[in-house]
Amino acid sequence: MQREQSTELIATSGWLGGSKTTRVDASELSHRELNTKLRALVSTGVQKIELLNVSGQRYIGTGLRAPVEIDIFGTPGNDLGAFMDGAKVVVYGNAQDGCGNTMNSGEIVIHGHAGDILGLSARGGKLFVKENVGYRAGIHMKEYVDKKPMIVIGGTAQDFLGEYMAGGVLMVLGLGLKEGERHRTNFVATGMHGGVIYLRGQIEQFQLGKEVGVAEPDKVDYLVIHQLVAEFAYHFGYDAEKILQDRFIKLFPLYLRPYGRLYAY
Amino acid sequence: MKTYLPPRFIVERDDSRCIRCEVCVNQCSFDVHSYDPEDDELRSREENCVGCHRCVVFCPTKALTIRRNPLDYRENYNWRPEVIEDIIKQSETGGVLLTGMGNDKSYRIYWDHLVLNASQVTNPSIDPLREPMELTTYLGRKPDKVEFDGTRLKTELAHQVKLEVPVMFSAMSYGAVSLNVQESLARAATETGTLWNTGEGGLHPHLYKYGDNTVVQVASGRFGVHPKYLDIARVIEIKIGQGAKPGIGGHLPGEKVTAEVAMTRMIPPGTDALSPAPQHDIYSIEDLAQLVYALKEATDYTKPVAVKIAAVHNSAAIASGMVRAGADIIVLDGLRGATGAAPKVIRDNVGIPIELALAAVDDRLRQEGIRNQVSIVVAGGIRNCGDVAKAIALGADAVYIGTAALVALGCTLCQQCHTGRCAWGICTTDPRLSKRVNPDIGARRLCNLLRGWSLELKDILGGMGINALESLRGNRLHLRGIGLTDTELEILGVRMAGS
Repeated sequence: MQREQSTELIATSGWLGGSKTTRVDASELSHRELNTKLRALVSTGVQKIELLNVSGQRYIGTGLRAPVEIDIFGTPGNDLGAFMDGAKVVVYGNAQDGCGNTMNSGEIVIHGHAGDILGLSARGGKLFVKENVGYRAGIHMKEYVDKKPMIVIGGTAQDFLGEYMAGGVLMVLGLGLKEGERHRTNFVATGMHGGVIYLRGQIEQFQLGKEVGVAEPDKVDYLVIHQLVAEFAYHFGYDAEKILQDRFIKLFPLYLRPYGRLYAY
Repeated sequence: MKTYLPPRFIVERDDSRCIRCEVCVNQCSFDVHSYDPEDDELRSREENCVGCHRCVVFCPTKALTIRRNPLDYRENYNWRPEVIEDIIKQSETGGVLLTGMGNDKSYRIYWDHLVLNASQVTNPSIDPLREPMELTTYLGRKPDKVEFDGTRLKTELAHQVKLEVPVMFSAMSYGAVSLNVQESLARAATETGTLWNTGEGGLHPHLYKYGDNTVVQVASGRFGVHPKYLDIARVIEIKIGQGAKPGIGGHLPGEKVTAEVAMTRMIPPGTDALSPAPQHDIYSIEDLAQLVYALKEATDYTKPVAVKIAAVHNSAAIASGMVRAGADIIVLDGLRGATGAAPKVIRDNVGIPIELALAAVDDRLRQEGIRNQVSIVVAGGIRNCGDVAKAIALGADAVYIGTAALVALGCTLCQQCHTGRCAWGICTTDPRLSKRVNPDIGARRLCNLLRGWSLELKDILGGMGINALESLRGNRLHLRGIGLTDTELEILGVRMAGS
């Protein structure tokens, strides 16, 4: 009971920028309590929630089915926005592993770094990360007709970027790289059989997986690149024009069936 | 390259019976039979025959016999025809040998070395024809103790799933099997009061209405996993492994990814659907706990989460970790569990028999005092009601059947599932072939099978003098072993017959 009191809303609802904003102090809440609170708030029609003092709670935004906006101050735990469907999450800090896991729709914006398996098996929605990401970002993303996940990473990524990728758009801008410094990732797009990766910044052929081809982006690609860079720049206060001045390359799957010839029959 | 492979089967056609109706020509999906109008004769390309007996069953005059080609090589126990033919196939293709269905090798089938008890004189047997017998089973986490507030239950119970029969249909994905097969399973499960399982291929919207009897699978490819999929399900099952191919992912070949399969899996038509070997967010028990709770959060703790593993050497320790990771149901799939496609070398050589895994896991969880926290479901080679009763006596809460259900729909275990050309219309997405399974008839056949097993199970229980399945569960005193070594008896936790 005491705990319940200490986690009461520290600011009551008000109207801010035309939407109802609620602040929640997450410092004493377990992930289950926090998510129960979020679901309860969303069901009462709250449109904007500020989570304060977040310290490693997992699954924030998981299971939310409404276009609610959640601003996170602190460090959210693993599986941020897993299975998320329509919410918008902004993290003023770093995100951990599994951010956007099997996400269906919505948007996650991270003003910092993100850990491993960013956007694992994502099926839709958008993920923007200002800085660097860990291993296996964008692994096994898929797309189907109008559902197309998109990930933009401002810095660089660790190994196995876009592994097993089956759809969607993965963009890495390399903004933090020094002159002449290559992207960190090796084994890029190993097993890729769908989707597209756009890379800005230096990368060598040996860093790429065997199943991936390299090309200059064409007109249609540049439409996507311009759009995503503009959104990225808007979120993090960059000059889109300046980012777009540098060369982008496009990585694409060489085969729709990378492992089709393994079998005797 | 000329193939050195001899035909596996010989097609014998009794010309005095054949009426040239060409049913065999139309029924065979492997192009064995053909009609030559010039000579008014039916011919056979025996090298194509897989021995599925579709033509034999449908020949209206019973003119056909399919026999195994005796292949009388010089006798050699070591270099048997199968071994020789596998080498020939690989020397001609340079690939991994694929196969379908479960392990067909002669590993010991422990069910056949276990016998059940019955009451004689000292305690009366019960006649299930006249007395009520209880087969109802509840799957889900049970509390350590229950507390009452007066006459009302104070303890909050975890979500339980009620089964009328402790037999469920195993995971078989849309893509591996046809939609008609899934509909047959879904309808039979709904009618009988049990569950069917989507496998890792998403859930076709046509089957949403059977959601209350559906287990949806979340596996490494995450195909078709979206909020509605999770909402509709009765149980969510995380698939780590499969008995037919422990440690191996899955490749649904592009040919099987038709427009409808693509829609359900939510991938472009014609691409391979690749399920990676591991789930890339699960490298440890702690990671498993993370996914279990992610799914619970995604569904607001309203449904049990099951975790399925293949039975392997350390299953008992792994199972203990699974329970601690928050699984409400653990599924063990044994050495003989089947598949729509797996590398033959894996299917035939990896994993352990389900009987031993079940006994070991049940023992371990009891020793650790956490058996009540989880339900155990076993799969992989359950063939009849006797196997079900023995599995329950060894400690299972319920069983999954896959192969037995497909046999009810016509499967003859020709092991050609991976070709997608199933003449019985089961393991195929070819629209012409999949029409051969009529969901009305399929559901009826499956309901009949479960009804038959239920009646038999009641007979078995009655004979033992018990009137509820719960009294048999984990009661290994009702089992005795025959022809087993001391070590085998010890692992199974049963005594030798006669002792």
